[in-house]
Amino acid sequence: MSGRVLVGVKRVIDYAVKIRVKPDNTGVVTDGVKHSMNPFCEIAVEEAVKLKEKKLVKEVVAVSCGPQQSQETIRTALAMGADRGIHVEVSGKDYETLGPLQVSKIMAALAKKEDAQLIILGKQAIDDDCNQTGQMTAALLDWPQGTFASEVTLDGDKIKVVREIDGGLETIKINTPAVLTADLRLNTPRYATLPNIMKAKKKKIANVKAADLGVNLTSRLETVEDLVGKLKEAGKV
Amino acid sequence: MCFKCCLCFVQCLHKVWRFSINKIRLYIFFNIISDPCVSPWTASYGLTDEQKEFQKVAFDFAANEMAPHMAEWDQKEVFPVETMRKAAQLGFGGIYTRPEVGGSGLSRLDTSIIFEALSTGCVSTTAYISIHNMCAWMIDTFGNDEQRESFCPDLCSMEKFASYCLTEPGSGSDAASLLTSAQRKGDHYVLNGSKAFISGGGDTDVYVVMCRTGGKGAKGISCLVVEKGTPGLSFGKKERKVGWNSQPTRAVIFEDCAVPATNRLGEEGQGFNIAMKGLNGGRINIASCSLGAAHASVLLAKDHLLVRKQFGETLANNQFLQFKLAEMATKLVASRLLVREAATALQEDRADAVSLCSMAKLFVTDECFNVCNQALQMHGGYGYLKDYAVQQFVRDIRVHQILEGTNEVMRMIISRNLLTES
Repeated sequence: MSGRVLVGVKRVIDYAVKIRVKPDNTGVVTDGVKHSMNPFCEIAVEEAVKLKEKKLVKEVVAVSCGPQQSQETIRTALAMGADRGIHVEVSGKDYETLGPLQVSKIMAALAKKEDAQLIILGKQAIDDDCNQTGQMTAALLDWPQGTFASEVTLDGDKIKVVREIDGGLETIKINTPAVLTADLRLNTPRYATLPNIMKAKKKKIANVKAADLGVNLTSRLETVEDLVGKLKEAGKV
Repeated sequence: MCFKCCLCFVQCLHKVWRFSINKIRLYIFFNIISDPCVSPWTASYGLTDEQKEFQKVAFDFAANEMAPHMAEWDQKEVFPVETMRKAAQLGFGGIYTRPEVGGSGLSRLDTSIIFEALSTGCVSTTAYISIHNMCAWMIDTFGNDEQRESFCPDLCSMEKFASYCLTEPGSGSDAASLLTSAQRKGDHYVLNGSKAFISGGGDTDVYVVMCRTGGKGAKGISCLVVEKGTPGLSFGKKERKVGWNSQPTRAVIFEDCAVPATNRLGEEGQGFNIAMKGLNGGRINIASCSLGAAHASVLLAKDHLLVRKQFGETLANNQFLQFKLAEMATKLVASRLLVREAATALQEDRADAVSLCSMAKLFVTDECFNVCNQALQMHGGYGYLKDYAVQQFVRDIRVHQILEGTNEVMRMIISRNLLTES
């Protein structure tokens, strides 16, 4: 199988940041807070780039849905070895309510448009912990899914996936095209090298609107409240 | 309970508390390096997207590959060859050396940003990497094509390591009075003399040596590249230092050491000029290393103030400490601005570049040492223990006020330039 891989990369609050909830309890403070690529998305990019280096796939396309700053996340993917990027611009109210359902519709539409044969996503994002986008995307495309992948082997037009499940490890063989979601132990993402960061500047990022892909971004979910848990009181010995 | 039991109980509690505090300290240390808070004194403001990417790689590398080993490298005096080669694979071996010979071809400002970030992981190792970079640049800039192709690729990949040899037992600040002689004999120069305090000396492969081919003074000095293994080249004992322990420091001794004349960089008599041009950039790099240490120390101090309680409240509620921290952060930001301006001036070859580089080295190494020292003070007794990283930052950057031109010599350069201005 040689073809195009779509890798979804999400811009999230950096894992090391101490999160603060907004005073009006309507969400988490994001202004001026350091953001970076979701760690599981980094693992997904690394896997895609490794497949390209083994010449098992032809082209790696990094996709991100979000505001202007999402382009930074795509650039990081390009610096790691992705060939080009697609930025689906979603901002303002639409971005606040953007969730797995809308993103999976976008990924499905892009997969058809780009004639992708493999979609690799992180298993979940560290901000919402939804763990849904990969599964929904596969369902929308009616493609098999290899989720929580800790080992991926391409075997002709099939993929062998070792999945991390509660009971241990499960090995499945699925047809392509397919959706994979990356778990922690799939690989160790590489550092971008200085030359690759500079080369990434020349790689193209296409701008696309969700509407052009025929995707309705309206959310069916409404966040009622965001609460900080009560701090545990000291015990008595 | 009887008195003895009380005492045992309290001692037990104290041990448990000390143990958990230590674990928290280590945890805090490993997580502070790439500070996620975007506050006025973080290092990313005013940078291009590309520079932010460079900085991110350097911060990540420092946090993952260097910081966990910083204390061990210092204590066991390990020269971390494998880690430095990993850094070279990312392009850190010849950051401002030209790409045709394996370098990354970046600007002085990019370089400063990178060293500042790397330094948060280990000052000593980053400082050595900067010296190595300086040597690679000198060969790339002043060498002919043969010399560049022969030495630079291996240096940029850190297949081979380099040392910069100017200082002698009898000539430190008065560098131009150096005595190591290089007598022309046929197609060789025969070197006699010795160099002192050479970073990497004995463990490195390529020595960029300033030696006397002509008469007295700066105009009689040339620059020769000497390779390890050349007969007549030997090394003194490894020095025992207060800091910079992840790089060996030795005397480099020449006894009738014959070096091919084709190893001379530039013309005879150009050596001192080459050395000083190398040092301009070297001074920015050393200042950048001091910045990184100060950055890390301020974060460590901040975390300590938020955790440590005395007199019923955290130290962060103490106004004196609040004001002290504010001063430290201010000095850090001011230092950073000066270094980056000096780097830009050097890149653009501006007329004020030499003065700015000297000013940056003078101001930043002094101020950042004070910042690190105050951070140590804020830790109280814990600051003095080697379990806590802040003392290593203090020890490691103390020497930045001395080498690559003492801060006194920096004053000489600045005042001379000022007073000879028309």
